[in-house]
Amino acid sequence: MKLLYFAWVKQKIGRGEEELRLPAGVATIAELVAFLRARGPGYAEAFGDPKRLRAARNQTHVNFEARIEDVDEIAFFPPVTGG
Amino acid sequence: MNTIRIQTDPFDVRSECDGLAKIGGSVGALVTFTGQVRGDGGLISLSLEHYPGMTECEIARHVDEAEARWPLLGVTVIHRVGRLVPGDGIVFVGVASAHRKAAFAAAEFLMDYLKTRAPLWKQEERANGTEWVDAKGADDQAAARWGTKD
Repeated sequence: MKLLYFAWVKQKIGRGEEELRLPAGVATIAELVAFLRARGPGYAEAFGDPKRLRAARNQTHVNFEARIEDVDEIAFFPPVTGG
Repeated sequence: MNTIRIQTDPFDVRSECDGLAKIGGSVGALVTFTGQVRGDGGLISLSLEHYPGMTECEIARHVDEAEARWPLLGVTVIHRVGRLVPGDGIVFVGVASAHRKAAFAAAEFLMDYLKTRAPLWKQEERANGTEWVDAKGADDQAAARWGTKD
Protein backbone atom coordinates (compact mmCIF):
# COMPACT_ATOMS: atom_id res chain seq x y z
CA MET A 1 0.00 0.00 0.00
CA LYS A 2 0.98 3.59 -0.45
CA LEU A 3 1.11 5.76 2.65
CA LEU A 4 1.01 9.55 2.46
CA TYR A 5 1.64 12.03 5.26
CA PHE A 6 0.85 15.74 5.33
CA ALA A 7 1.58 18.84 7.42
CA TRP A 8 3.02 18.08 10.88
CA VAL A 9 2.49 14.34 10.42
CA LYS A 10 4.96 14.52 7.53
CA GLN A 11 7.37 16.66 9.55
CA LYS A 12 7.41 14.32 12.53
CA ILE A 13 7.92 11.22 10.38
CA GLY A 14 10.47 12.94 8.18
CA ARG A 15 8.95 11.92 4.84
CA GLY A 16 5.80 12.51 2.85
CA GLU A 17 5.23 9.05 1.44
CA GLU A 18 6.29 5.43 1.58
CA GLU A 19 5.30 2.00 0.36
CA LEU A 20 4.30 -0.65 2.89
CA ARG A 21 3.05 -4.21 2.56
CA LEU A 22 -0.13 -4.50 4.59
CA PRO A 23 1.12 -6.07 7.84
CA ALA A 24 -0.45 -9.31 9.08
CA GLY A 25 -3.29 -8.65 11.49
CA VAL A 26 -3.89 -5.11 10.22
CA ALA A 27 -7.33 -4.69 8.62
CA THR A 28 -8.47 -1.20 9.65
CA ILE A 29 -7.12 2.32 9.81
CA ALA A 30 -7.03 2.09 13.63
CA GLU A 31 -4.91 -1.08 13.46
CA LEU A 32 -2.60 0.56 10.94
CA VAL A 33 -2.15 3.53 13.29
CA ALA A 34 -1.21 1.15 16.12
CA PHE A 35 1.27 -0.62 13.82
CA LEU A 36 2.87 2.60 12.57
CA ARG A 37 3.15 4.06 16.07
CA ALA A 38 5.61 1.29 16.97
CA ARG A 39 7.93 1.92 14.01
CA GLY A 40 10.19 4.53 15.60
CA PRO A 41 10.36 7.77 17.56
CA GLY A 42 9.07 10.02 14.75
CA TYR A 43 6.14 7.66 14.12
CA ALA A 44 5.45 7.43 17.85
CA GLU A 45 5.17 11.21 17.98
CA ALA A 46 3.05 11.49 14.83
CA PHE A 47 0.65 8.68 15.79
CA GLY A 48 0.80 9.06 19.58
CA ASP A 49 -2.57 10.77 19.86
CA PRO A 50 -4.91 9.39 17.17
CA LYS A 51 -7.61 11.92 18.15
CA ARG A 52 -5.45 14.62 16.54
CA LEU A 53 -5.31 12.69 13.25
CA ARG A 54 -7.57 12.31 10.25
CA ALA A 55 -7.32 9.69 7.51
CA ALA A 56 -8.24 9.21 3.88
CA ARG A 57 -8.52 5.96 1.94
CA ASN A 58 -8.05 6.32 -1.81
CA GLN A 59 -8.52 10.08 -1.51
CA THR A 60 -11.79 9.92 0.44
CA HIS A 61 -12.17 10.87 4.10
CA VAL A 62 -12.73 7.81 6.30
CA ASN A 63 -13.04 7.12 10.00
CA PHE A 64 -10.65 4.87 11.90
CA GLU A 65 -12.94 1.86 11.71
CA ALA A 66 -12.65 1.81 7.89
CA ARG A 67 -11.25 -1.41 6.46
CA ILE A 68 -8.11 -1.25 4.34
CA GLU A 69 -6.44 -3.42 1.71
CA ASP A 70 -2.95 -3.74 0.34
CA VAL A 71 -3.84 -1.91 -2.90
CA ASP A 72 -5.07 1.19 -1.08
CA GLU A 73 -3.57 4.65 -0.87
CA ILE A 74 -3.88 5.71 2.77
CA ALA A 75 -3.17 9.24 3.93
CA PHE A 76 -2.76 10.61 7.46
CA PHE A 77 -3.00 14.29 8.27
CA PRO A 78 -4.18 16.81 10.89
CA PRO A 79 -7.69 18.30 10.70
CA VAL A 80 -7.72 20.51 7.61
CA THR A 81 -7.18 24.29 7.79
CA GLY A 82 -7.68 25.61 4.26
CA GLY A 83 -9.99 28.37 3.10
CA MET B 1 -19.66 25.71 -16.41
CA ASN B 2 -17.50 24.97 -13.40
CA THR B 3 -13.84 25.64 -12.75
CA ILE B 4 -11.75 24.24 -9.92
CA ARG B 5 -8.11 25.19 -9.69
CA ILE B 6 -5.35 24.68 -7.13
CA GLN B 7 -2.45 26.95 -8.01
CA THR B 8 0.60 28.75 -6.69
CA ASP B 9 0.01 31.77 -8.94
CA PRO B 10 -2.14 34.72 -7.89
CA PHE B 11 -5.68 34.91 -9.25
CA ASP B 12 -7.35 37.95 -10.77
CA VAL B 13 -10.76 38.56 -9.20
CA ARG B 14 -11.87 40.82 -12.05
CA SER B 15 -11.19 38.28 -14.77
CA GLU B 16 -12.74 35.44 -12.73
CA CYS B 17 -15.89 37.56 -12.31
CA ASP B 18 -15.93 38.34 -16.01
CA GLY B 19 -15.67 34.64 -16.81
CA LEU B 20 -18.75 33.88 -14.72
CA ALA B 21 -20.69 36.93 -15.97
CA LYS B 22 -20.03 35.88 -19.57
CA ILE B 23 -21.94 32.62 -19.10
CA GLY B 24 -24.88 34.47 -20.56
CA GLY B 25 -28.02 36.52 -20.18
CA SER B 26 -29.59 34.05 -17.75
CA VAL B 27 -27.08 35.10 -15.06
CA GLY B 28 -28.92 37.51 -12.78
CA ALA B 29 -26.72 37.15 -9.71
CA LEU B 30 -23.01 36.76 -9.28
CA VAL B 31 -21.71 36.28 -5.74
CA THR B 32 -18.01 36.10 -5.09
CA PHE B 33 -15.91 35.60 -2.01
CA THR B 34 -12.19 36.34 -1.83
CA GLY B 35 -10.19 35.21 1.18
CA GLN B 36 -6.98 37.10 1.89
CA VAL B 37 -4.00 36.39 4.13
CA ARG B 38 -4.48 38.42 7.31
CA GLY B 39 -1.37 39.98 8.82
CA ASP B 40 -2.36 39.25 12.43
CA GLY B 41 0.16 39.14 15.27
CA GLY B 42 3.27 39.75 13.25
CA LEU B 43 2.53 37.14 10.61
CA ILE B 44 5.32 37.06 8.04
CA SER B 45 3.93 34.39 5.71
CA LEU B 46 1.45 31.59 5.37
CA SER B 47 2.54 28.39 3.62
CA LEU B 48 -0.16 26.09 2.28
CA GLU B 49 0.25 22.41 1.65
CA HIS B 50 -2.40 20.19 0.06
CA TYR B 51 -3.11 16.63 -1.04
CA PRO B 52 -2.89 16.80 -4.85
CA GLY B 53 -5.77 14.95 -6.44
CA MET B 54 -7.89 14.62 -3.32
CA THR B 55 -8.19 18.40 -2.94
CA GLU B 56 -9.67 18.79 -6.41
CA CYS B 57 -11.97 15.75 -5.94
CA GLU B 58 -13.23 16.93 -2.58
CA ILE B 59 -13.98 20.43 -3.91
CA ALA B 60 -15.66 18.96 -7.01
CA ARG B 61 -17.91 16.79 -4.82
CA HIS B 62 -19.07 19.83 -2.92
CA VAL B 63 -19.62 21.82 -6.10
CA ASP B 64 -21.82 18.92 -7.28
CA GLU B 65 -23.63 19.00 -3.95
CA ALA B 66 -24.18 22.76 -4.28
CA GLU B 67 -25.60 22.25 -7.78
CA ALA B 68 -27.97 19.61 -6.45
CA ARG B 69 -29.25 22.04 -3.80
CA TRP B 70 -29.50 25.29 -5.74
CA PRO B 71 -30.12 26.21 -9.39
CA LEU B 72 -26.62 27.39 -10.35
CA LEU B 73 -25.28 28.48 -13.72
CA GLY B 74 -21.57 28.41 -12.99
CA VAL B 75 -19.13 27.95 -10.12
CA THR B 76 -15.45 28.87 -9.86
CA VAL B 77 -13.31 27.75 -6.93
CA ILE B 78 -9.62 28.68 -6.80
CA HIS B 79 -7.36 27.86 -3.87
CA ARG B 80 -3.75 28.91 -3.75
CA VAL B 81 -0.97 26.80 -2.25
CA GLY B 82 2.66 27.58 -1.47
CA ARG B 83 4.03 30.61 0.33
CA LEU B 84 1.74 33.64 0.66
CA VAL B 85 2.19 36.94 2.47
CA PRO B 86 -0.33 39.27 4.17
CA GLY B 87 -2.63 40.87 1.61
CA ASP B 88 -2.33 38.01 -0.86
CA GLY B 89 -5.52 36.42 -2.13
CA ILE B 90 -5.71 32.83 -0.89
CA VAL B 91 -9.13 31.56 -1.96
CA PHE B 92 -11.76 32.62 -4.46
CA VAL B 93 -15.31 31.29 -4.72
CA GLY B 94 -17.62 32.65 -7.39
CA VAL B 95 -21.18 31.50 -8.00
CA ALA B 96 -23.45 32.56 -10.86
CA SER B 97 -27.19 31.98 -10.70
CA ALA B 98 -30.41 33.50 -11.94
CA HIS B 99 -31.25 34.84 -8.48
CA ARG B 100 -29.28 36.11 -5.52
CA LYS B 101 -30.52 33.73 -2.82
CA ALA B 102 -29.12 30.66 -4.52
CA ALA B 103 -25.84 32.42 -5.32
CA PHE B 104 -25.33 33.69 -1.75
CA ALA B 105 -26.24 30.35 -0.19
CA ALA B 106 -24.09 28.27 -2.51
CA ALA B 107 -21.05 30.53 -2.05
CA GLU B 108 -21.35 30.27 1.73
CA PHE B 109 -21.92 26.52 1.59
CA LEU B 110 -18.81 26.05 -0.55
CA MET B 111 -16.64 28.18 1.76
CA ASP B 112 -17.84 26.32 4.86
CA TYR B 113 -16.96 23.00 3.25
CA LEU B 114 -13.64 24.20 1.89
CA LYS B 115 -12.61 25.04 5.43
CA THR B 116 -13.59 21.72 6.96
CA ARG B 117 -13.19 19.08 4.23
CA ALA B 118 -10.71 20.12 1.53
CA PRO B 119 -7.30 18.65 2.41
CA LEU B 120 -5.28 21.86 2.77
CA TRP B 121 -3.10 22.89 5.71
CA LYS B 122 -1.71 26.27 6.72
CA GLN B 123 1.61 26.90 8.41
CA GLU B 124 2.26 30.33 9.88
CA GLU B 125 5.67 31.97 9.88
CA ARG B 126 6.49 34.58 12.53
CA ALA B 127 9.75 36.05 13.77
CA ASN B 128 10.04 33.27 16.38
CA GLY B 129 9.50 30.38 13.96
CA THR B 130 6.80 28.43 12.15
CA GLU B 131 3.68 26.74 13.46
CA TRP B 132 0.91 24.67 11.89
CA VAL B 133 -2.52 26.26 12.28
CA ASP B 134 -5.00 24.34 14.45
CA ALA B 135 -8.46 23.57 13.08
CA LYS B 136 -11.28 25.59 14.63
CA GLY B 137 -14.42 24.11 16.16
CA ALA B 138 -16.36 27.12 14.86
CA ASP B 139 -15.60 26.05 11.29
CA ASP B 140 -16.99 22.56 11.97
CA GLN B 141 -20.15 24.09 13.40
CA ALA B 142 -20.50 26.36 10.36
CA ALA B 143 -20.27 23.36 8.03
CA ALA B 144 -22.56 21.19 10.19
CA ARG B 145 -25.51 23.57 9.84
CA TRP B 146 -25.83 22.59 6.16
CA GLY B 147 -26.74 19.14 7.34
CA THR B 148 -24.75 16.90 5.03
CA LYS B 149 -23.15 13.82 6.46
CA ASP B 150 -19.81 14.60 4.90
